[in-house]
Amino acid sequence: MSKAKVATIWLDGCSGCHMSFLDMDERLLELAEVMDLVYSPLVDFKDFPEAVDVTLVEGAVSSEEDREKIIKVRARTRLLVALGDCAVAGNVPAMRNAFKVKEVIGRAYLEDDLTHPQAPHIHVPPLLVKVKPVHQVVKVDLVIPGCPPSANIIHYAVTELLAGRTPDLSNLTRFGA
Amino acid sequence: MKATPKSINAPRVVTLKINGQDISGREDESILDLARENNIFIPTLCHLDGLTDIGACRLCLVEVQGMNKLQPACVLRPSEGMEVNTDSPRLQRYRRMVIEMLFAEGNHMCSVCVSNGHCDLQAAAQILGMDHVRLDYFSKPRTLDGSHPRFVFDENRCILCTRCVRVCAEVEGAFTWGVMGRGIDSRVITDMDERWGESTTCTGCSKCVAVCPTGAIVDKGKGASEMVKHREFVAMLREQREREG
Repeated sequence: MSKAKVATIWLDGCSGCHMSFLDMDERLLELAEVMDLVYSPLVDFKDFPEAVDVTLVEGAVSSEEDREKIIKVRARTRLLVALGDCAVAGNVPAMRNAFKVKEVIGRAYLEDDLTHPQAPHIHVPPLLVKVKPVHQVVKVDLVIPGCPPSANIIHYAVTELLAGRTPDLSNLTRFGA
Repeated sequence: MKATPKSINAPRVVTLKINGQDISGREDESILDLARENNIFIPTLCHLDGLTDIGACRLCLVEVQGMNKLQPACVLRPSEGMEVNTDSPRLQRYRRMVIEMLFAEGNHMCSVCVSNGHCDLQAAAQILGMDHVRLDYFSKPRTLDGSHPRFVFDENRCILCTRCVRVCAEVEGAFTWGVMGRGIDSRVITDMDERWGESTTCTGCSKCVAVCPTGAIVDKGKGASEMVKHREFVAMLREQREREG
């Protein structure tokens, strides 16, 4: 039997969910028996492959790049999993939603007493007006709340999904867990 | 010593059914009280033992046979032969929707909140299986009042349960907290929408801090997850006062 193709992507988040993924430690070796990590910030593949079985998404959709990425990933993934509070609910990245993008950029790059106050305008993707959780941009098949979800939760969710079952996580994790 | 008894007529005892179970209770008790006395779970948010119930949060909605509308169990009184249902797919759907709307309306970021892990709203979301919000978030900027020397009011986390308003009026008797505005513009305020730190009525008793279900009213200087609240004293005080008249 061929191995399942699993990917992870990192949108607007702190990488904590990926750290939690790595915290599966020796269980990663067991997982490697049944799955291949075909795309991830943890490995070096340039383009997101076709026909991925499971993709874990860390982070909220904050920029034009995030939006393009998640649409492409959705189209190429069978089961899309929103991993962690940023992907599920916006969380800290969404705190800027109470303000206009111009105000946010101004506060970060222009207001402080800098030698050359300058807002980034080349080589960086423009911010979206509102930061959105993944399910408000594309269809999501499973949400895993938590900041970050523990390695145990991620392990349980991934192994269940690979076994063809939908895990019930309601008693295991919550927002902010 | 009390001069006159509160009521000449003792409350009647009625029999009713909750989830098919035969139950008897006093007619001045609420359906919520009776359910809890019989180990039947009904979720609540604005209810707090010791405070007057107002049916604001709509989490305790139940179905009553013969009534079209859902009824809030905290303010619903029993009557003879009443048949109440506390759990159904419809109720689960409504309760989840209520929690989603609360999350969509305020700015709740559990992970960085002082009340993370000790929050009634967060707990309700988990109990009711609300793991993502299907509505668009409101993301309305709200104010934070840090003018009080010991406490902070962060409106971003307020769910308008008015426990603070009720404990301040009913238990402390200070009437510092109030509600202003209508509908989506409703806000909890101190005095005449003045800074809390400059309040002439606040006694600094901290009862509002204790009863607030979320991280909206908290002690100053707490980090994420550090705000643990103890609320049992409200019911104890109330009972003690009723005993002593």
